[in-house]
Amino acid sequence: MGGTIKPRDAKELRQAVEWALNESRTLDVRGQGSKLALGKPMICDQVLDLSGLSGIVDYAPEELVVTLRAGTPMREVEALLAQRNQMLAFEPPDLGLLLGQEAGQGTLVGAVMGNLAGPRRISAGAARDHLLGFSGVNGRGETFKSGGKVMKNVTGYDLSKLLAGSWGTLAVLDEVSVKVLPAPDQTRTLVLHGLSDEAAVKAMCAAMGSPHDVSGAAHIKDRTALRLEGVAPSVEARLKGLRDLLTTTGATMEELGTLESRTFWRDVRDVTPLSGARDAVVWKISCPPTEGPGIVARIKAQRPSAEIFYDWSGGLVWLALPRSDDADHSIVRGALGPTGGHAILVRADEKARSNVPVFHPQPTALAALASRVKESFDPKGLFNPGRMG
Amino acid sequence: MQMPPLDPAILARRSEIVAALRAVVPGEGVIDDLDGMRPYECDGLSAYRQMPLVVVLPETVAQISAILRYCQDNKVKVVPRGAGTSLSGGSMPVGDAILLGLGKFNRVLEIDYANRCARVQPGVTNLGISKAVEHEGFYYAPDPSSQIACSIGGNVAENSGGVHCLKYGLTTNNLLGIEMVLMTGEVVRLGGKHLDSEGYDLLGLMTGSEGLLGVVTEVTVRLLRKPSTARAVLLGFPTESGAADCVAAVIASGIIPGGMEMMDKDAVKCAEAYVGAGYPLDAEGLLIVELDGPSIEVDYLVERVAEIARERGATTVRVSQDEQERVLFWAGRKAAFPAVGQITPDYMCLDGSVPRGRLVEVLAEMRQMSKKHGLRVVNVFHAGDGNLHPLILFDANDPGELHRAEAFGADILRLCVRVGGVLTGEHGVGIEKRDLMGEQFTEIDLDQQMRVKCAFDPDHLLNPGKVFPKLRRCAELGRVVVHQNKIPFPDIPRF
Repeated sequence: MGGTIKPRDAKELRQAVEWALNESRTLDVRGQGSKLALGKPMICDQVLDLSGLSGIVDYAPEELVVTLRAGTPMREVEALLAQRNQMLAFEPPDLGLLLGQEAGQGTLVGAVMGNLAGPRRISAGAARDHLLGFSGVNGRGETFKSGGKVMKNVTGYDLSKLLAGSWGTLAVLDEVSVKVLPAPDQTRTLVLHGLSDEAAVKAMCAAMGSPHDVSGAAHIKDRTALRLEGVAPSVEARLKGLRDLLTTTGATMEELGTLESRTFWRDVRDVTPLSGARDAVVWKISCPPTEGPGIVARIKAQRPSAEIFYDWSGGLVWLALPRSDDADHSIVRGALGPTGGHAILVRADEKARSNVPVFHPQPTALAALASRVKESFDPKGLFNPGRMG
Repeated sequence: MQMPPLDPAILARRSEIVAALRAVVPGEGVIDDLDGMRPYECDGLSAYRQMPLVVVLPETVAQISAILRYCQDNKVKVVPRGAGTSLSGGSMPVGDAILLGLGKFNRVLEIDYANRCARVQPGVTNLGISKAVEHEGFYYAPDPSSQIACSIGGNVAENSGGVHCLKYGLTTNNLLGIEMVLMTGEVVRLGGKHLDSEGYDLLGLMTGSEGLLGVVTEVTVRLLRKPSTARAVLLGFPTESGAADCVAAVIASGIIPGGMEMMDKDAVKCAEAYVGAGYPLDAEGLLIVELDGPSIEVDYLVERVAEIARERGATTVRVSQDEQERVLFWAGRKAAFPAVGQITPDYMCLDGSVPRGRLVEVLAEMRQMSKKHGLRVVNVFHAGDGNLHPLILFDANDPGELHRAEAFGADILRLCVRVGGVLTGEHGVGIEKRDLMGEQFTEIDLDQQMRVKCAFDPDHLLNPGKVFPKLRRCAELGRVVVHQNKIPFPDIPRF
């Protein structure tokens, strides 16, 4: 590793990439490095540290838009929005503890690069749905932009979608504009006790299909939690509606108030229930909600010690397995149902991540297309080489 | 507006191309006579017309795959088309290109209420999806004005919006998956019934790519439960700035309405004369704010919106008392375009988006331009998300007026970009705004987009002449320029 480059402005950022291109140096692109342990292990010539490109450029609460530099810490953004009772509706998780680091680290752009989303994914979308536009540098050392700062924009290809979830492999961002939304006045949670996985997913899907505007649906051990947010009278009425809807489950029910709810959903968001066992491997499985329990049953048949919980109404299975050299990837990926989905190896030691694909393998034609898209941004493979393998 | 010159070599091979298509799609699926092709000569942007080389209406994915592979192998251009309602010329035919119509892909394949999604063929209409699930209390959220006719495949291509975008998002926020055919004939599936991509979000890229990257053959959409109540508030203001302030204040107070529309005085007059919705004719700016959700929430928010409006000097505040009245409030807005059509032989509908805070200034400047160009402009727009729909009134029979209307339209879109907005909020670039792309993007920006295009369609065969003002060959775009001299940067901190 040839050390670290830390540009201070957009021009230096472009120069750094231009230099790397000329010298054929690969770049490990990072904000604060809080998610370094996620992805295929990389060998890079140089670290490109974006933490020097920090700060809020513009925040207009009534426009529901914040524009900021790529290195701006998440903490800073969240504190700023909270002052005006707004939030990042995609509820970006803090994966610090899960990934063996401290909590409270990371940048907003880092969360965008991973297309992260918390429990509100099912009602408000992921980072991809909130990135309005960006400027950055491609692998040719050219500064370019896409999207804008307005809510509705179909001018040109929506490259923001491609950048969100690209794990820094397509371009190095300098500035992003992100949609923000009002934070809810009240948050309440209805908890059902004692449901089986199948019954829980059925209850969560019924709740999601009800008019009660559920913004979180998770099942952890024997607790099935449904979140309601909004103005007080509405939350109250919907809570009652939800209780009535779910009486047929026969489950005993309890309610969590606003503060308790916030703690509960933060833990779901940050995968706290599986963050404890330090050497366990952790998988994130995205699937059709109703197929979650079947996938879990197939995995447990072979790995009875698996620990799991469900978010996204059953469509997100968090899975912890004992450490192994191949992270049991064929068992996990082989358990997916016929309608598809994918499994990402979120946490494992370097050995396991070197041995098996961290990101779900794609069919040949799709993989070839994806690699042509990568080349269209970064023809020489400068940025985070191999990370998405 | 000019389309690329026709390739005489392709025109000379027409009968051979028609025969090749007939070998793939038998019987009436290939249309090559002038009368038969006439219905396809334009789309919703009807000021521009051109006959296609030949029309093909396949019925299976295998046929589409064979057609595209043939086009790729023989370097024949192809224009995909859903219902042909594009307002930007996105599905306008090209004289030396095959027109690939997806009208026969009109089946709902699967409805999965538990997973809240529906799998449909691309030719199913937008409204058709909602109709198929309404008996269970569900609907598909994006609702472009053309929803009776427009196809979901076209919605994917254009990333269509509607009046409820601020709260429920555009097409891109309501899709779970697609199946598509590449120019090579390869069939790929992106997404499915699950969330997010295992790799690059190509589904997000495809949405709004205006038919330039692939042909969508199946769509999985998110279904939403219909809100139990919706009520509309009609707010009249003595000034446009009063109305615009009210929009900002509602959002700043933490309310995200289901819809928030604004009309200027002329639009109100036209709509009222046409529909009789009971709009206040003295208002300089009229807002329709719709709140939806549980009835107790809607009642609560309606009061707060009314209060905010009164504080901002509203002279009319009317809350819909029943469903019939709510529909009436909307009737004027929904009929605004045809209503304007009553007072002018032709009109041109624009679609720029601006930051909400610049609305008033943009309206004022538009009026100045109106004087300069000698043409009237009427404004209706999605105020909640800053998406303008200025209607420029003109008479196409007067040879100078179409030209002046185009120039006026271009000035308005430049203005949108100048104040921090964009050329198009929901109608797409197509051919209509193609030549203005340079106003919003640098050459580098556009080159990057074209390189993405090259990853899908290296010969620029798919939907040619659209979106990009100046095409560059992929081989040329692909070259990497490495400077001979080493680039030092002693100033950048390194450690």
